Parts: sequence; structure tokens; C-alpha cells
Amino acid sequence: MAASIPSTPAKPLELVCPAGNLPSLKTAVDHGADAVYIGFRDDTNARHFPGLNFDAKTAAQGIQYAHAKGRRVFVALNTFPQPAGWERWQRAVDQAADLGVDAVIAADISVLDYACRQHPDLPLHLSVQGSATNYEAIRFYHEQFGIRRVVLPRVLSLPQVRHTLEHSPVPIEVFGFGGLCIMVEGRCLLSSYVTGESPNMCGVCSPAKAVRWEETANGLETRLGGLLIDRYAPGEPAGYPTLCKGRFTVADQTYYAIEEPTSLNTLELLPELHNMGIAAIKIEGRQRSPAYVTQVTKVWRAAIDACRRNPAAYTPKPEWLRELGKVSEGQQTTLGAYHRTWQ
Amino acid sequence: MTEHQPKLALGPVLYYWPKDKLLDFYERMSAAPVDIIYLGETVCSKRHTLNTGDWLDLAERLSRAGKEVVLSTMALLEAESELLTLRRLCENDRFTVEANDLGAVRLLAERKTPFVLGTGINVYNGHTLRFLTGLGAKRWVMPVELSRETLRSIQTERPEGVETEVFVYGRLPLAYSARCFTARYHNLPKDDCQYRCLDDPEGLTLSTREGQTFLTLNGIQTQSAQTCNLLGELAALQELKVDVLRISPQPEGLETVIGAFAAGLRGDRDPVEAAQQINAALPYGACNGYWQGQPGLMQLTN
Repeated sequence: MAASIPSTPAKPLELVCPAGNLPSLKTAVDHGADAVYIGFRDDTNARHFPGLNFDAKTAAQGIQYAHAKGRRVFVALNTFPQPAGWERWQRAVDQAADLGVDAVIAADISVLDYACRQHPDLPLHLSVQGSATNYEAIRFYHEQFGIRRVVLPRVLSLPQVRHTLEHSPVPIEVFGFGGLCIMVEGRCLLSSYVTGESPNMCGVCSPAKAVRWEETANGLETRLGGLLIDRYAPGEPAGYPTLCKGRFTVADQTYYAIEEPTSLNTLELLPELHNMGIAAIKIEGRQRSPAYVTQVTKVWRAAIDACRRNPAAYTPKPEWLRELGKVSEGQQTTLGAYHRTWQ
Repeated sequence: MTEHQPKLALGPVLYYWPKDKLLDFYERMSAAPVDIIYLGETVCSKRHTLNTGDWLDLAERLSRAGKEVVLSTMALLEAESELLTLRRLCENDRFTVEANDLGAVRLLAERKTPFVLGTGINVYNGHTLRFLTGLGAKRWVMPVELSRETLRSIQTERPEGVETEVFVYGRLPLAYSARCFTARYHNLPKDDCQYRCLDDPEGLTLSTREGQTFLTLNGIQTQSAQTCNLLGELAALQELKVDVLRISPQPEGLETVIGAFAAGLRGDRDPVEAAQQINAALPYGACNGYWQGQPGLMQLTN
């Protein structure tokens, strides 16, 4: 694939890493993240999990730490406020601006509108939750709110990413690694259908409080909102019961009807992403541990550097894949929608 | 039941039906007591029993039969060919268009032509509704996961002249993916799907290994298996000044459902009792959880 690659783009590919707490932010910065994205401790972001995220004090410390080392911090305010809590999103935007974050990653029209009117100098990125899967949608957000970057949903094939980029008024960030949403982000209601809480409304998918693990005579069973998501034979590795990754029955077949428990890993696509001019690679996983952040940041930093030095000679090292495999969901990875046959 | 009289709308057919079946369906619907008919393929651009020209012809026929016709557009737009179809629909100067993606909103706003915000557009609060109204939205369909109480709030902020539509009957559209789950079930690649969704006029049902059926696979779309039915909530919908009630097409028994809503609106029949009767015949039961602020699959009685 390297042979057809055109000349190297002007701007280097950025590595954007997740942090659910201060230790994660620091380790991401220490191991080579160009930018770290975080969220506040409430439902204004799509990883609203107990014990996770930043208050004003830790956010300020994190931003100071990153800025001292020349790195950037983005704040995700990427859920969809309902009327009853709208002021919370307003305050979160103000707080992000006051903290001097390098960008706010938002999805809802009212949040984007408020941010661009109230804080015209605050850079806005369109969150993956904004569901911009085509350049006309990207143009909408750019014309209306002056977004400076878009994060693409994990549904486009590589040629579609390239085509979108060619017509996009703003740089594009894509997911490179981590948990794989198989549905178009920002338009998936599966979680609220079963549990009452969705990423859009509450910042959670398949929330822990709706989960039950039960040892039964049939094996270990995982449930979400009372529904059986999966059942494991003795010795079979069990995974978190994310709704779309269970084994279900359709007519005569029982299988992973929607998606296997697997992680996205695009290490082998890096030269193509780099050469088509993608601005940034995003790593999923603000809910993961500092050890995960360390491991993934290290590998991706090394990979991006190797790719930049010589994209034509780049190939993912076996040890990188091994390290990433250890922290992947279900210990397996996929190219996801980037690879047409997955679709 | 005289104070506020909502109109009845027929949503776009979300499944893939053979051409004869589809045309026959609309032939019957032209005589049914619905005021508005949404037309077009909104799920998968590979489905082609009717092309854009055919849809426009059908729109003309239904319009002559006295229906308000709205052309619905795709929810998940990825390929340039899909954008070409979208542009053609947005540039039709005859019928209102329902946007299901903000790309469509952009094209419609640019033409300064009033449009409808479909279930694919995330309007979760009054600020967003006001913003999109400023760009030309004349009607919005409430996202299906929002509750009656959220609707109550948004209604108080609703700009003058904007119509509110609620999805009141049918299998709820819950998610869209790049992956085709029907092709996956048949072990076929999406690029060679052989149009197998033609086999299942109401999709494939998905159950847990305990036999609890809860989802429907419809190509790249995932729907609820339970049928949302808010007929029993007619009084609340009227009290909230909802302007349009959307009934989503199912292959069987839709005339009965439309008839029950129409009779309820006329005051000829008790909607609560009619809802119970309809629900009793549903293969996987009814749901109204979202409306009640609960998990969507729940069915609560007042």
C-alpha cells in the first residue's frame, strides 16, 4: 500500500489521548501525546462514569502540566442537554473558556451556538457525537459555528474518509484505537431503550448500574437492564455487557449479531491516514486506567514517529501489536469500518 | 376532545418492500385518513425498487389525492452518490423535504425553503429548536428517546408557527451503522448483500438467549422489536399541543391502527381501550417507556 502514497503533508499527524483523571493526563503527556482530552465530573460529557473526570481544580492542574510541556488539552462537552439542565452545559462552556483549554469538543447545536457567541476565541471541535458522516454536514457546523476540526464517526471506509477530507473545510480527526462504536455516534439509542440512559442524554452507554454478573448453572451470565447479554462457558473470558456486543439469537442462529467484543486498531493504516492528510489520531478510553493510557500512548507515539520518518518503509512492529492486544477489549482488534469487508 | 386537533402523518416506509407491494401500500394509503405522507428511502441507498423519479411521481399522485406529501431523506449519508440523491431531493421545488442529517439542513437552508426536521436530527432542547427554526425548519419530529416532560418544556420554548410532531406508533428507529446486520445474518458481505432484506417485510427480530425478543434488524438500521404505541396518550398529546402524530408503516394491520387514531381524534372511540386492543395483537408487545421517562422498551399503564 505504501507505493501509491503521495508526498508527506505539511502538518504532522497529532496524537490525541484520553484522560479520565490527573494521573492519566500526566502519563499521556509524559509519553508523547500532542493533546489530551478530558471531561468534567457530570453529564456534560459522554463518559459520565462514577469516580471519573475532572473538577475545576484538577482540570487547572492538568492544563498547567500539559501547557508547561507544550501540549494541549481539549474538553469534551459532547452530550445533548435537555431543557431541565441546559444551564449546566452553559456553565461548563464558560468554565472551559475560563480554564484556558485549547478546544472544546461539542456536539449539540445549542452548546456550539452558545460557545461560539459567548466565547468567539474558544476553538471548537465537532465531537464524534455530532454525527458528521459527510462533508455537507461538516460544512454546516463550520458555517454555523466556525468549528476548526471534526472528529469523524467510526462508520466510514478509508476511501470515504479520503473523499470527505478532500471536500471538508476543516481538518479531520479520526479514531485510531480503542473501544469500537459500531453505530453512528450521536444517533444510537440502544442503551436508553434497555436502561433508560443513553450517551446523548446521560453521557453513558450500557451503564454499570444496570449491569449484573451472575454465576449460574449454565455458566457466568451478564445482564443489562435485566436482559441477558451474554453467557460464558467455564474458562471462557467474559467481557463487559455492552449492549451491541452480546450474543443473541436471530431466527435459527445464535451469534454476535451486531458486533464481536473487539477493539478498533488502525496501526497498519497509519501511512495511509498520514499521507491523506488526516490532522489527528484519537485514542478512545477516558474510562480506562492510567496504565492503559501509558501503554497506548507509548505505542502510538512510536508508531507515528516511525511513520513520519519514513512512511514508505513503515510497518507496525510485532511488539506494538502485542502491547495493544493486551489492553484491547476481548483481546482482539479490527480495522472496523475503514476496511470495507467489515461492513 | 375538541380543543387541539393534531393531524395524522404516515412516516416513510423503513423496510425494503418489492415494488408492487410498496405501490399497493400507497394506493391503499391514499384512501386512508392520514393528512400527511412522508415518502422516500431513509435507511439504505442500495435499495432501489423505486428511484428518485419514481418517488417524485408517487408524490404527485398522492398529492393529487389530497395528501400533504413530504420527501424524506437518508439518515446516514456517506457516499458521494448519496449526496447526489440528497441534492436532487433538496432542489425539488414542489414538495417539502424532511432532513434526517445536518447535511440536508445545510442544503435546504441555503435554498431558503422551509423544511421538516426528522427523527435523525438531534433536537433535545428549545435552544436547538430555535436555532434550526431560524434556518427554515417549520416542523420538528421529537427524538424518540425524549419523554413527555421534556416535550412539555420544549413546547413552552417553541417558536411561533413551528409544528411539533411525535412518533406515536411503530417500531422505534434506534440506531444506524455502516454495517448491514441483515447481510451479516446471511453471512454475506454488504457489497454483495443480494438485497436479502426483501425477504423480511418487517425486518429480522433479535432475541436474548432466553428468548426475550427486543430488537429488530433492518439492514443498517436497528429498531425496537416492541411497537411504540401512544394511542392511549392521545389526551396528553392534545394537551401538549402536538400538531402531528406520526404512524410508522408496518406491513400488516396499519389501516386498523390509522382508523383507531382517527376515531380517537374524532372522539368516536375511547383511545385507551382501542390501544389495549391493538397492543393485544402485537407479536412482541407494545412499549411506551420513553414517553414515560423510563427505558424505552417498558410498557407502563397510567
